[in-house]
Amino acid sequence: MAELVSHPDEVRVVSRRFGQGATNLDRYLELDGYKAVQKALTMQPDAIVNEVKNSGLRGRGGAGFNTGMKWSFVPKQSAKPKYVLCNGDESEPGTCKDRLIFEHDPHAVIEGTVIAGLAVGSHTGYIYIRGEYRYLLEIMQKAIADAYARGFLGKNIFGSGYDFDVYWHGGAGAYEVGEESALMESLEGKRGIPRIRPPFPAVVGLWGGPTVINNAETLASIPHILLGGADWYANLGPPKNGGTRLFCLSGHLKRPGVYELPMGYNLKKMIYDVGGGIPGGRKLKAVVPGGSSTPLMTPDEIDVPMDFDSMMKAGSMLGSGGVVVLDDTTCMVKFALRIMKFYQHESCGWCIPCREGTDWLKKTLIRFHSGGGLKKDIDNILYLSQNMLGRTFCPLGDAAAMPTISIVKKFRQEFEDHLEGQPCAFEKESKIEQLPVLA
Amino acid sequence: MRFSEQFESRFAEMLTHYPTKRSVLVPTLLYAQDESGSLSDEVIKEIAGRLELTELEVRNVISYYSMLTTHPRGKYNVQVCTNIACLLRGADELFEHCEKKFGVKHKGTTADGLFSLEEVECIGACSWAPAVQVNYDFHENLTTEKLDNVLDEYRRK
Repeated sequence: MAELVSHPDEVRVVSRRFGQGATNLDRYLELDGYKAVQKALTMQPDAIVNEVKNSGLRGRGGAGFNTGMKWSFVPKQSAKPKYVLCNGDESEPGTCKDRLIFEHDPHAVIEGTVIAGLAVGSHTGYIYIRGEYRYLLEIMQKAIADAYARGFLGKNIFGSGYDFDVYWHGGAGAYEVGEESALMESLEGKRGIPRIRPPFPAVVGLWGGPTVINNAETLASIPHILLGGADWYANLGPPKNGGTRLFCLSGHLKRPGVYELPMGYNLKKMIYDVGGGIPGGRKLKAVVPGGSSTPLMTPDEIDVPMDFDSMMKAGSMLGSGGVVVLDDTTCMVKFALRIMKFYQHESCGWCIPCREGTDWLKKTLIRFHSGGGLKKDIDNILYLSQNMLGRTFCPLGDAAAMPTISIVKKFRQEFEDHLEGQPCAFEKESKIEQLPVLA
Repeated sequence: MRFSEQFESRFAEMLTHYPTKRSVLVPTLLYAQDESGSLSDEVIKEIAGRLELTELEVRNVISYYSMLTTHPRGKYNVQVCTNIACLLRGADELFEHCEKKFGVKHKGTTADGLFSLEEVECIGACSWAPAVQVNYDFHENLTTEKLDNVLDEYRRK
């Protein structure tokens, strides 16, 4: 059980039922549970889509696409069955929010899935939960069974005449599967290799049928939007960035934890006020603002509102809400290496720029960190990274390249300091095995 | 090849969830591995047969997912996350501590077969770092001392 935290600036929407025992169906019903879906059953599908569109809800997985807009791409008529797929394969380093939703409020995810189904005319939903989250899969299995037992799922839900089935699905360890097209491949029982787009999943998705794929936090937000209204939700955040967000604060902070803050909350305030600042009197060095794939920011860049558009303007991304804080004891070369090691491990190998790029970058960074770096490596790291951008089926290549480019550009001096066999200034002895120097 | 009754009933139920048999493959492999320790040739053959797949197709899927293994692990698989959030809060020390304690490296198993050690990628415990997963159980906000206590409890089980 992950610890819960709180802060006065929090606006609790998705986390409203955390710690309230809402895994129990009766308790969930007491806390306004399954009211939104009953409201949705009285609405026209287009009205649901418009409500969500107007709420300004944008994909909480990291891409930040308008959710209602995504739903509107699903064709009204389809020869093949339509599907709703909940993405609970949370694995972006720095992100641990969906875990809390599944742990404390699984019915909200189910309810959001059903509403999404009503909006696009689907009768089947899947909730995919990563393999490592076994205890959450068990919570979800029970929640689904409880909802069936009450007639909230299955044939004729709530006596409406509408049929809707929700099924659980467990993964088995793969970051790449969090990407929507790879997620569908995985659900179909295959290796999680991305599909080329177009066609987009909204048109050709699971088993060829139109498919809506939304992150668990996105779907858990839907019932609140339907009950509170699009205007209320939209006004919680800045224009076009409706609502709140679960921010996962981690790294060198006094009070790490998952906090629900309005969209557009200032990043600096988030670090120093909500997260309690840096412990031990040390100084801030860099921030990963939205999961390991987002470009890092330096202390002079963090006075920005945390919403999708402002972060883009600031040269980074809001991403998945994983805010990782680095203090001045961190070796940036080592940090870049750890990120690259991750992407090299997770690259599915389908696209050559990503498969080869992450491998060469990892090898170069290992050598670099252990003191075998050459001056031309620094530009080579940039060159390799830049050539991965936009050249792959899925964004994993970009995800590996973006933080790397930002680290080299913003902390070039630290790379210079590792040159000519100089040991890492942040470690007494380099612990990473040295590879032969490649000229 | 015999699995538990729970496995069989879950397997039968899952087959009704999807339009294709193959879709049950990934979760089924993990549940099978939980019962038999690893995905042996026998298990692969059995599952391939049930789902009308070739053994090669099943192996192809196994090799993709990091939690699936064809090699037996120890009774308790100690998975130390060393990804960024854990790294910043001392994951390397935890991993090295485990290496010394068990006398094994990454993916090694102790001679008594009790513990396996694995360095893993982000397990979704960033705000409670550093974290270790032993089989499916999360242990968070760890120090080497706390981890020792956790591991001693498993030893006593």
